[in-house]
Amino acid sequence: MPIVLHCHKGIGPAVTGTALVARDNFSARYDLDRKAGTFSRPTHQLAGQSYAGRILVLNEAKGGVATAWMLRDMKERGIVPLAFIFNRVNPILAQGAAFAGMALVDRFLGDVTDLIRTGDRLRVDPGRGVVEILDRDR
Amino acid sequence: MTIRLTDEEMAMRGGAFGEPRRWAIEHQIAVGEFFDATDLVPVSQAHIMADTESLGPAGIGFLESLAARSEAERRVRVPTLTDPRGLDVAVYKRLGQSEAMRALEARAIAALRAFGVLMTDTCINYQTIMPPTRGEHLAMGDTGVVIYSNSVFGARSNFEGGPSALAAALTGRTPRYGYHLDECRRPTRRFRLDARPRDLSEWGALGGIIGQACGSYWEVPLIEGIAEAPGSDALKHFGAAMASFGSVALFHMPGITPEPAEGRPQPSHTIGRDEIEAFVAAYGATGDKVDIVVFAAPQLSLVEMAALADALDGRHVHQETTLLVTTSPEVKHAADRMGLTRRIEETGAIVAAGICFYQSYAGELAEANGWKRLMTNSAKLVNIIGGYGYRPTLASLERCIASAVAGRVV
Repeated sequence: MPIVLHCHKGIGPAVTGTALVARDNFSARYDLDRKAGTFSRPTHQLAGQSYAGRILVLNEAKGGVATAWMLRDMKERGIVPLAFIFNRVNPILAQGAAFAGMALVDRFLGDVTDLIRTGDRLRVDPGRGVVEILDRDR
Repeated sequence: MTIRLTDEEMAMRGGAFGEPRRWAIEHQIAVGEFFDATDLVPVSQAHIMADTESLGPAGIGFLESLAARSEAERRVRVPTLTDPRGLDVAVYKRLGQSEAMRALEARAIAALRAFGVLMTDTCINYQTIMPPTRGEHLAMGDTGVVIYSNSVFGARSNFEGGPSALAAALTGRTPRYGYHLDECRRPTRRFRLDARPRDLSEWGALGGIIGQACGSYWEVPLIEGIAEAPGSDALKHFGAAMASFGSVALFHMPGITPEPAEGRPQPSHTIGRDEIEAFVAAYGATGDKVDIVVFAAPQLSLVEMAALADALDGRHVHQETTLLVTTSPEVKHAADRMGLTRRIEETGAIVAAGICFYQSYAGELAEANGWKRLMTNSAKLVNIIGGYGYRPTLASLERCIASAVAGRVV
């Protein structure tokens, strides 16, 4: 039986993929090398790691408004996370996900960066407000 | 939660007012429902961040597809301003920006003009174009503009990214959640200031400290211990840094900001001189070669331009260092007329209008010019620019200028 985590209803399509987790925050402008598809901010916990095709599991959305445009451009270029799972986002990440048609959920019971581990296989269903950890049973 | 729509809004959703407004209200409903908005609230102004680096070819193509519709379908419904652009045609070659960037910029400008957007190209519209009034609902598209409008004027806006600000411009409303609601505007954190910041860089540092401590869009700091009004430029740097470091959109400063702050969250965090100096020192690099000194983020007011001209008087920027100043087109015109631009540029500095450095392909500029060590009096800029590969140093205007002249951090 997969582990089922409940959250607020999200934005975007249901997707299945692999988690990349850190108890850190996120801004596409501040933190990413969007050409290489890696975290570029030296002080970010995921510095140097590739985000392409991963389900990012992070704490909060931070920084400026640029992410709202950037996600759609990243998606069209094919170097983009598969989905976003946050403890809590600001309006910019929600607006960016809506504009790009990307999966985003937040507001869980408990700290989602503890509940999910890097490498977990996840099913994210924003319409139902559910994230399933497919390859762990506890 | 389902948003309640008026008859007009339902007609908009059904396409009766054309595709741009249909797209806009669908986008607003998706965002509004995510944040449990119950309805949409009319706004009196919108402000769009649409620099070409952020837009990318996908964003520009999207703008052009809506801008190609008929005048009646695409025209904005409320006065709509723009945030800084990616390139100033008067200086882009000197900065090492490419013709491809200029071509993208021209496409974005043509599309935005087709909507009837006023090309103000500024992140200091509250100082230069139309200051908001208390209680006014807005759709502001720059975090520094939002926090200043909400806090200093008592207006009401969320962070509205480019697509959402454009949507608000097209529908004349925005989802009612977050800082449009009384219950989100109450203080959640309390800070007490034991030392007064000495200059704009320290006001930015203080904003950075409080922003980091809050760490969330949904936290509202109450800041006590400020006896004298800091003034517009100080609050500008303070708020912009707080929004940048913490995603914070509203602060209360009893005696200074207009809204009564209901409640005094416990406990309070006291910030003294040691903490401000430690924040600045974290970016220190005394002795290092300086590649570029930037006065920007936010764009400079006319008062800052005058202070810069006075501080630079009779000095010369080191030949291996670039000194870049960015301001709004309105302030640039005034600075030209008053001789401030000439006095600044005689020292070898570059004055750019309508850009704000980090929104101007900062990564490509670093590569084209071999820039690494950047010095600025903007705490917001030191927070942003590390992700672009720069090594930033935060210092007072005077130290920044002395370093630009010496070619190394002094």
